[in-house]
Amino acid sequence: MRRGIVVLWSVMSLAAANAEAQDVPLVADLSNHLVAITTGFTGTDVLLFGATDGPGDIVVVVRGPAKDEVVRRKSRFGPVWANAEAVTFRDVPSYYRVASNRPLQEFAPEMLLERRQIGVDTIRLSNVGEAIPPDQAASFRKALLRLRTADNLYDQGVGDIAFMSNRLFRTALHFPANVPTGTYMVEVYLFREGQIISAEIVPLNVSKIGIGAEIFDFAQGRFAFFYGLMAVLLAGGAGWVAGVVFRRV
Amino acid sequence: MQIYLPIAEMSVNIFLVLGLGGAIGLLSGLFGVGGGFLMTPLLIFIGVPPAVAVGTQAAQTVASSVSGVLAHMRRRNVDFTMGAVLTAGGFVGSGVGVWLFNVLKYAGHIDLTISLGYVVFLGVVGGFMLAESLPGVLNLRPVAVALAARGPGRHMWMHGLPFKMRFRRSRLYVSALLPLSIGFLVGLLVAMMGVGGGFLMVPAMIYLLGMPTQVVIGTSLLQITFVTAGAALLQATVNQSVDIVLALLLLVIGVIGAQVGARLSSRVKGEHLRVMLGILVLAVAIRLAFDLVISPSEAFSLGGGDGS
Repeated sequence: MRRGIVVLWSVMSLAAANAEAQDVPLVADLSNHLVAITTGFTGTDVLLFGATDGPGDIVVVVRGPAKDEVVRRKSRFGPVWANAEAVTFRDVPSYYRVASNRPLQEFAPEMLLERRQIGVDTIRLSNVGEAIPPDQAASFRKALLRLRTADNLYDQGVGDIAFMSNRLFRTALHFPANVPTGTYMVEVYLFREGQIISAEIVPLNVSKIGIGAEIFDFAQGRFAFFYGLMAVLLAGGAGWVAGVVFRRV
Repeated sequence: MQIYLPIAEMSVNIFLVLGLGGAIGLLSGLFGVGGGFLMTPLLIFIGVPPAVAVGTQAAQTVASSVSGVLAHMRRRNVDFTMGAVLTAGGFVGSGVGVWLFNVLKYAGHIDLTISLGYVVFLGVVGGFMLAESLPGVLNLRPVAVALAARGPGRHMWMHGLPFKMRFRRSRLYVSALLPLSIGFLVGLLVAMMGVGGGFLMVPAMIYLLGMPTQVVIGTSLLQITFVTAGAALLQATVNQSVDIVLALLLLVIGVIGAQVGARLSSRVKGEHLRVMLGILVLAVAIRLAFDLVISPSEAFSLGGGDGS
């Protein structure tokens, strides 16, 4: 572990040297470009590190693959509560995380944050189908953000980025156990005097690895029927074996 | 220790799953019940998506009913003709059930349907268990079940139905439509709620069809084996909702629990335990009903097919 950090810091110093040599204001990379969901997966941290060519503020935005998402609201029907209205939002990021070295409002103009969709509240959501009244859209939108935050899939962390001598920075990006699979984009922005000086995008792959992945692919693919057959035969076989074994005891 | 379930796409504590499987297995061995009607709601309680809970439980029920039906076959307590007709009805029922499950899922009503179904069935089963065993414990006269008066040889409207068939081992000559529709209902329950349906089928076979009691259990287990196998296969193909890792965990520990329970059942006083099981079943039903009726702390929810 200790050696890993030493290696990492030397890589980062090298990166800093490079940044100056090539006159690139920002370089960044991840300690790992793959989040492997194995059988024992309980969430993981990926280290993001980089260097700048001078003082500035760093913002990191991680976006998961976009999917349409349904938000439903319960209403009372007689004695029971049942789902009533539903709104489908188009291209909702399945994962979203912002980290910065100090509160965004202190160094970034609101317009810019809005345009780049930096910050949970700036995520643009448009609903599928006919337009709905703005107050209804707002309450469904707020509910979506709140539920995703409660599931640990959306988060906004201030002060999560540690700076070293104004040049080197690093942050740990957390991926919880329920992280959706797919290709993620890690965006790194360098802010100086209210402007984005430089930006870099690093892709990150989240996928199932090992026996769990094999099972998932088998079950989802063209051979779903054979997966089911195997499950049923396995279950039936286990029941038969148990019956035979326990009859003798 | 956590384990990642590949189809449910969540990680659960392995000891929690083993504990649940073992406890339900113990109960099923102790009381001779399938256990699916307790397992499926418990899986949903711990956060397994309803579709995966139902599909996986169907696969697990195959295991417990196979060993049961083999034991009954050795004692020649299985009416194969009747079993085949019940199974045919069950296949149609589970096909319709899987289709209905998907329709309700995309309309956003599947959780409500499953909960309501469980409230009704657990309420009825728990109520019957208490009604049957409580008087014995409290030294009262047992409550006579009104249906028990019926037997073979009675002439009722259903004996006028067409497509009569002879069932030799059951010594019956009745319309095939009766077992077909009983099988259909049970198949519907299997596909939508992940229960074996024995608690519904056994009384129907005794009181409605008038089958001799000794062949009822074996024949119903034969039907349950094939219908749960068919339903699991269908759920796996259509919804991809059978989690083999979860099924295996529950199955291995459940089989052991069931054998321990079966051994214990000869040593403990049955009636007290039946009262306790009745109370437990009713408690699950009341808990589910309570969740449906109280104002939810969060009125919004995510996911489950198409909106608007």
